[in-house]
Amino acid sequence: MTMPFYVSPEQVMKDRADYARKGIARGRSLIALEAADGIVIVAENPSRTLFKISEIYDHIAFAGVGKYNEFEMLKIAGVRHADLKGYAYSREDVAARSLANAYAQTLGQVFTHEMKPYEVEILVAQVGDTPDGDELFHILYDGTVMDEEGHTVLGGQAETISDTLDTRYQPGLSVDDAVRLGASVLAESDGQPLSPEQLEVGVLQRGVRGRAFRRVKGDELGRVLAG
Amino acid sequence: MNERPLPMFGPGFDPGPSFTELLRRTSPPDATPPMVAGGQQAPPDITHGTTVVAIRFANGVVLAGDRRATSGFAIASRRIEKVFPADEHSGIAFAGAAGPGNDMVRLFQTQLEHYEKIEGESLSLEGKANQLAQMVRANLPAAMQGLVVVPLFAGFDERRGRGRVFSFDVAGGKYEEADFQVNGSGGVHAKNWIKAQWHEGLTAEETIDLSIRSLFAAADEDTATGGPDLVRRIFPTVAVIDADGFRALTDEEVEPRATALLGGREEGAGQ
Repeated sequence: MTMPFYVSPEQVMKDRADYARKGIARGRSLIALEAADGIVIVAENPSRTLFKISEIYDHIAFAGVGKYNEFEMLKIAGVRHADLKGYAYSREDVAARSLANAYAQTLGQVFTHEMKPYEVEILVAQVGDTPDGDELFHILYDGTVMDEEGHTVLGGQAETISDTLDTRYQPGLSVDDAVRLGASVLAESDGQPLSPEQLEVGVLQRGVRGRAFRRVKGDELGRVLAG
Repeated sequence: MNERPLPMFGPGFDPGPSFTELLRRTSPPDATPPMVAGGQQAPPDITHGTTVVAIRFANGVVLAGDRRATSGFAIASRRIEKVFPADEHSGIAFAGAAGPGNDMVRLFQTQLEHYEKIEGESLSLEGKANQLAQMVRANLPAAMQGLVVVPLFAGFDERRGRGRVFSFDVAGGKYEEADFQVNGSGGVHAKNWIKAQWHEGLTAEETIDLSIRSLFAAADEDTATGGPDLVRRIFPTVAVIDADGFRALTDEEVEPRATALLGGREEGAGQ
């Protein structure tokens, strides 16, 4: 009779974390910045149809890096969570914090109980009436939630990009400046300039009643980057 | 705090882009009690909204409704709204039982937005009308007990570049109208007025005035339709939908138009 090898729980968790981190590190990074008139999310993404950045609800956006099918599934679950809540109560009652907690629960469950953890890092952003009300929740593959201030970076080269941003980011940027800053920092980490076709940009515009999310793309993105 | 968990579904159970299907999968079977047990008629004091009109013009559609809601012979509300945006380029107006009507509007709005966010693009105008038809059909059991809700749906079809009007019947039948349609107790009077005045090539301005005027005509003949209330300054709800999207006129825009249109034919016969 064969005996299963004993593997300590520490080792199991470490192996899973390594596995998830490797998957995430393969993907490109994504930056979110709080600006004076909104929240800007910039990602490197050559696809025009498979988005990393999406609208969740009136003032809430979602972004993910890592394995596309996994964060897309989480995005859809987030839209469902928000729409169900807004329909059951009211549009004002849908908040990023509750959604971030739900994501954290799910990711934590999957990390400890499933065969394979999700190879994703996600962002839940909510634009407030004033910059003080902005919220950036950065959620890791194991369900760890970080409430970030000012800016946050998801993905493989997050640490180096984050260090660069620390020196160059300042509160009170305009949305256009934030788009340019995000794009240039991503390009630097790549070591080559990025054309508008290689970027995906989403903005949560401050002061909009109702749906505040919009994509900056095509000619408009070209103009902003050239700005 | 106990948060609502993320709605996740295994393969074969996924509700896809449909919000109504999602609601069904996430609510316990007894979440919605039957509307009215027994009897064929709803209690007479249910609040009812009345006359709404949809009129196509050269570049779009105008949706308008009076502001009265009745319950039996009493006025339940002088300021009810029966015209709503459905999404960026379409609108919905309803006549009938106000409770289920408001619910249908909210469900329809959520459904359109939900589909757009899940699929990454909006439904075609025809697709939206079909979705609404299914919701009207789903209300049939309640309608059989007196809680009838019949909407009008109008929008700017971006793919075809023109305004379109859809009407429905209680059983969920969907009918595209060539130029205009009305609904509610005063509808027939409004329709006659529109029929006499409508012609191809009306401008947005002329169509707005026609919609307001037709609602006056309805209020003049029908007790359940509210006329212009000059004392409280309550005027019809009017919205224009064209290539630029859905735009509800403000009270400040409607008031001068409505007062300018007062008098006219109704004075004539002295009846």
